[in-house]
Amino acid sequence: MRVSCTVNGAPAVADDVWEGESLLFVLRERLGLPGSKNACEQGECGSCTVYLDGVVVCACLVAAGQAQGRDVRTVEGIADGGALGAVQQAFIDAGAVQCGFCTPGLIVTTDDLLRRVPRPADPEIREALAGNLCRCTGYEKILDAVRLAAARRASEDPPPGAGPGGPGRPDDAVGPGEPAGPGAAGRPGR
Amino acid sequence: MSGRGPAGPGSATATVTATGREDKGVGASVPRPDGTLKVTGEFAFSSDLWLADMLWGATLRSPHPRARIRAVGLAGALRLPGLAAVLTHDDVPGRKTFGLEAADQPVLAGGEVRYQGEPVAVVAADHPETARRAAAAIAVDYEVLAPVTDAEAALRPGAALVHPGGNLVRHVRIRSGDPHAPAAVVVSGRYEVGMQDQAFLGPESGLAVPAEDGGVDLYVATQWLHVDQDQIAASLGLPAGKVRLVLAGVGGAFGAREDLSMQIHACLLALQTGRPVKMVYSREESFFGHVHRHPATLYYEHAATADGMLVSVTARTYLDGGAYTSSSPAVVANAATLGAGPYQVPNVSVDAYGVFTNNPPCGAMRGFGAVQACFAYESQMDELARRLGMDPVQLRIRNAMTEGSVMPTGQVVDSAAPVAELLRRVSGAPLPQGVPGTACAGGPGGEPDLRDLPGGVSNTTHGEGVVRGVGYAVGIKNVGFSEGFDDYSTARIRLELVAGEPAVTVHTAAAEVGQGLVTVQAQIARTELGVDRVTVRPADTAVGSAGSSSASRQTYVTGGAVRAACAAVRDALLGRAALRYGVPAADLTLADGKIASRDAGVLADLAELLADEAIEQTVTWRHRPTQPIDPETGQGNAHVQYAFAAHRAVVDVDTELGLVKVVELTTAQDVGKAMNPLALAGQIHGGTAQGLGLALMEEIQVTGGVVRNPSFTDYLIPTILDMPPMNLHILELADPHAPYGLRGVGEPPTISATPAIVAAVRAATGRPLRRVPIRPDDIAGL
Repeated sequence: MRVSCTVNGAPAVADDVWEGESLLFVLRERLGLPGSKNACEQGECGSCTVYLDGVVVCACLVAAGQAQGRDVRTVEGIADGGALGAVQQAFIDAGAVQCGFCTPGLIVTTDDLLRRVPRPADPEIREALAGNLCRCTGYEKILDAVRLAAARRASEDPPPGAGPGGPGRPDDAVGPGEPAGPGAAGRPGR
Repeated sequence: MSGRGPAGPGSATATVTATGREDKGVGASVPRPDGTLKVTGEFAFSSDLWLADMLWGATLRSPHPRARIRAVGLAGALRLPGLAAVLTHDDVPGRKTFGLEAADQPVLAGGEVRYQGEPVAVVAADHPETARRAAAAIAVDYEVLAPVTDAEAALRPGAALVHPGGNLVRHVRIRSGDPHAPAAVVVSGRYEVGMQDQAFLGPESGLAVPAEDGGVDLYVATQWLHVDQDQIAASLGLPAGKVRLVLAGVGGAFGAREDLSMQIHACLLALQTGRPVKMVYSREESFFGHVHRHPATLYYEHAATADGMLVSVTARTYLDGGAYTSSSPAVVANAATLGAGPYQVPNVSVDAYGVFTNNPPCGAMRGFGAVQACFAYESQMDELARRLGMDPVQLRIRNAMTEGSVMPTGQVVDSAAPVAELLRRVSGAPLPQGVPGTACAGGPGGEPDLRDLPGGVSNTTHGEGVVRGVGYAVGIKNVGFSEGFDDYSTARIRLELVAGEPAVTVHTAAAEVGQGLVTVQAQIARTELGVDRVTVRPADTAVGSAGSSSASRQTYVTGGAVRAACAAVRDALLGRAALRYGVPAADLTLADGKIASRDAGVLADLAELLADEAIEQTVTWRHRPTQPIDPETGQGNAHVQYAFAAHRAVVDVDTELGLVKVVELTTAQDVGKAMNPLALAGQIHGGTAQGLGLALMEEIQVTGGVVRNPSFTDYLIPTILDMPPMNLHILELADPHAPYGLRGVGEPPTISATPAIVAAVRAATGRPLRRVPIRPDDIAGL
């Protein structure tokens, strides 16, 4: 079957999709967006968290056909242009990234949390992130990262409540960090 | 198609350049150079690799823990459209077996399967679902046999044999002093440790690409590229040079990637089909695709004087290695040599046995051997304190090992061993307030917040039946490979001008598995060469072996190699300057990008000396040699370094429902030198979390050799709701034998966290709790 949807603001079409494929599979293997991770394939780990029509879901639990005509936003769509989002930068700065496999899901979940609750208390952070497993960090630095991102957004954002619908993404005052270095030159696949 | 092309193999995994100021050297909290790629989703993990014409591999696994294979029927699979290859035991061209310490594990099972999940056949197809269906369509005729499942019973005469050579993998015997020395008090106990899973999030995966020279290029997540290369080449029947490995992005390891999983299978399929083959395990398959932590049964007897001085420790430990050898011999050695704990014990008798069974194979997991022993000896110390009427911390401090202490192996501990100080740090820290409404609130009154209670918003208690407990533990771990193993690493350092600026390239085969080695390598190069711009190349087999990213060794050994190679580069540079300026090299120094002489001051900028030619040096670096231990007495300098951590756990327990809320964990650890304090904290936090998991929730449940819970729904790892705030006390007591004085840090936190939490639950409930993970039934007394 053919699946058409909007991914990170642009129209996307995947052909020859087998009906049993998940949205996660289509994103990763057919649309060239492997940022969302597959670690459990049953909605337990949160590594594949994406926005579907503005609501966070586990992409592994969404059948590809259910995404037809809908709006999908993945970790690849969190950064604005070349600049990292506040949540992304905070994860780096706070040391919340180790192996990084859980990171894309946590970035999306945290982004969602801070849109809903700009200054969450620790119990709210814990509750919001309880569906995202991390095996490396013990979560301490992840808590630090969420607090840091919230503080930075609060110091940069206009007061919340300025209107619903796609709350303005702050222009991150914090730079994107060092350039990432050479990519995949000379290797297959790019 | 829209968006960018999918990630190519090896892309964006570790070629990460960081430029920086002087504060980005050793000792600074430098952020990860791969952090940006990881937060944007661009970092290519081994499961993200993609090529346009690739096939998908899948594995058929035995449903039985023990069975004879009568026949394998491929017809059903071969009929499926889209299928490219089916391979069985007969199709393995080279050595039919593999293994880390003994090549006893079949690449694909031949005559007999020895554990549930053992690979029997592999297939390649154009879609992962086609591959799964093809594997399912293979008809295997099994003669099911009764499995061997009890490690202790498997050693008794007449037991059924898992392998013809017998069920004993290894017996390590430690004897020192007089184990029958008279004592005033004796406590004994039998302890059990369940089978823990590493549960890394990034599943076993990789991409094998056939090469024009008849060889294969494999992009894979592993802990040790060269030991993989040797095993793969042997089974493919190829020279090692034709099997080239590149480290793809690794989604955690914790020991589970030391053994091979899909490596040989993907290479076989790629060579058979002439097309790239990708293999990615599902979570369920991952539970069968790697070794686990050895379940253990431990019998301990501690004897002491009436005033609490340890007289003797006697132990018998059975470690269930499952069906194949894997790392069991080293696990057994750790459980034995570290079996008395970080204490001075004049008389020790330890027997540790590694045993073959038809249970899932067990091997490396963070802290191996030491984790199991620590749960037993620390539980014993608490029991001894109770019998003596002593404070458990004071009993530990009274018997604490120090620098200069003699291990039960006769080895003198020749660097800092601040066991007493670690205990003082954790026990001296202020205790958290009680939760209002509970039995030992101690704080303000009022209604408790449900989220602070065991059971949380499940609303299982409002404080009634909730009791607080505090527990302590301290542990010991060896760092690096032991018993005479030639434990080395190789580093290639290149110093050159890039766009007119001095730049350093670090190339090693050391696996970055999340721990931050890629950051530390760059920090070392900056410190040694004073150059800001450092690039760490992707790890591959184009440079010599780095050894394994395990045993808390990689910063020590590969860090040592990077430092040594930088020193060789510096020497070559100063030699070049000496020739050019007619000054003895010994009078020259390199600092702040300038070469200076003792007498004449600054002679040249680094850039001037590099203008014509780069400098490159490759150095193989070894730590101090260790020795095998005597097979009768266990005596010998088996280990290169010891590392210590202590924990205090504070828990609230719902004694009626058996639910535990860990309120706080406090850790003290001596790290020798904090190479990167931010990354160091992450190691201690993460290691502690895995120790909490073993204490309270993590167990692969095996019945009759069959795994009952191979999923994240049924195998529980700690979530952010399970982890409490953690307070760290870091000591930096330099080890004069180690680079920068550093001490391996990855494993100690996992070791002492478990017994501290169990001790706290015991303190709250009065239950004996001699098995981990603790089950609610154990607490409720059901």
